[in-house]
Amino acid sequence: MEKRLGGQTVVLHNNPKIISRASIVGRKESQGPLAEYFDEVMPDNLWGEDSWEKTECRMLKEVCEKAIINANKQVTDINYMFAGDLLNQIMTANFAARQLGIPFFGLFGACSTMTEALSLGSIMVDGGYANNVLCATSSHFCTAERQFRYPLEQGTQRAPTGQWTVTGAGAVIVSNKGDGPSVTHITTGKVIDYGIKDVNNMGAAMAPAAAETIKTHFQDTGRGPQDYDLIVTGDLGKFGRELTIDLLAKEGYDISSRYIDCGCEIYSEDQNVQSGGSGCGCSAVVFTGFILKKMEDGEINRVLIGSTGALLSTTSTQQGESIPGIVHLVAIEKKEG
Amino acid sequence: MDAIKQKQDQEYQQYVYKKMPKSNLFKNCMLAFLVGGAICTVGQIVLNIGKNYYNMNQERAAIFTSIVMIFLGAVLTGIGVYDDIGKIGGAGSIVPITGFSNSIVSPAMEFKREGYVLGVGAKMFVVAGPVLVYGIGTSVLIGLIYHFFIK
Repeated sequence: MEKRLGGQTVVLHNNPKIISRASIVGRKESQGPLAEYFDEVMPDNLWGEDSWEKTECRMLKEVCEKAIINANKQVTDINYMFAGDLLNQIMTANFAARQLGIPFFGLFGACSTMTEALSLGSIMVDGGYANNVLCATSSHFCTAERQFRYPLEQGTQRAPTGQWTVTGAGAVIVSNKGDGPSVTHITTGKVIDYGIKDVNNMGAAMAPAAAETIKTHFQDTGRGPQDYDLIVTGDLGKFGRELTIDLLAKEGYDISSRYIDCGCEIYSEDQNVQSGGSGCGCSAVVFTGFILKKMEDGEINRVLIGSTGALLSTTSTQQGESIPGIVHLVAIEKKEG
Repeated sequence: MDAIKQKQDQEYQQYVYKKMPKSNLFKNCMLAFLVGGAICTVGQIVLNIGKNYYNMNQERAAIFTSIVMIFLGAVLTGIGVYDDIGKIGGAGSIVPITGFSNSIVSPAMEFKREGYVLGVGAKMFVVAGPVLVYGIGTSVLIGLIYHFFIK
């Protein structure tokens, strides 16, 4: 059977399944519209640790343990862990992996890490090289602010297109046996850059990557928007979502009726988050908490999800570089039997 | 090929710029005026207290006011209020001397976990540093001009 479709898509014939999921969020996320879907809420931003970095690390470790427990597995049953985060040298993922002791591939895909990890984990299971794989990611508002923006206590105003980094971690276990929706197709994104330089407008920087990759997915698979119950992007925010709809409409695909962006879903209007949520944790918790739950309940059966990453660093921004974007798409389907 | 890509980029950037939600300039200016004005009013009150109750001359009272305002800015930053004022006031809370105080105290608080030397010591002026470099630099330059050409 053909495993590759078109230029960027692979088909997984052996039905790697998402057999368990877990999510942990911060307080602000627990006050949003999706509150009831998350497994655990941290009491505050520090969770009893001495630094935000330690808190984020603990979040990721605990969410991984939760996913393993939910799958009725032991840590030793997990063959590989794919994880990443936003901090320099993916500190959170490395330190969480140090505690978990699972063979580890560290990933950096900025906010696209959730589906990047899921892509690679599913391919690994589909190829027969692993029975159970852990895919996880996290972000923390305070660690991200301090690395990418200003000190927390500094009085600055946010731009209307700015976004709020989600404090949250999500993990899934992909397995060759068990119950759960199957990962069927993976479309790996290219790095796309249309020259946007405004770091307060990441949605606009990433929207072309989202549109391009979704279009490629449709072309490669011969599918269209009507084949999916839901099309999901990671953290484009309100403005980026509108741009993506427009860009795809120009290509002749109307996705507006079945398209959501995790960054728009996680917070409500009155939470003062400007364009919406962002960060690795944004698509991770919305996917593991909300979307997979909806699939379990049978409300939706076929989902195309792509976490969206802005591949900038503070150095690249200071040197005047534009912001490249990337999106990794994963098609997930609930199959009978 | 490059020309086509460049044109496509430009078109996209123009389209984004046209479509993006803009800050409400009028509202932000009004808030900056009110918040900035309120901070300056407090400063004026402090100045008058210095002059009327402590018999300071104008110069001493001005120094006294700076010290008090910097202290207030630092305290409000420390108890986590100044960033909320900043969200509303914008430029109105950045430009007065309290904003300068905020820009030094907030990184000092933030980087305490990296230690007193490489954290607080090294990062304290990460925001205010450029203001100091160019502020002092400019004053030296103007001083030289004054010394050689005007005096």
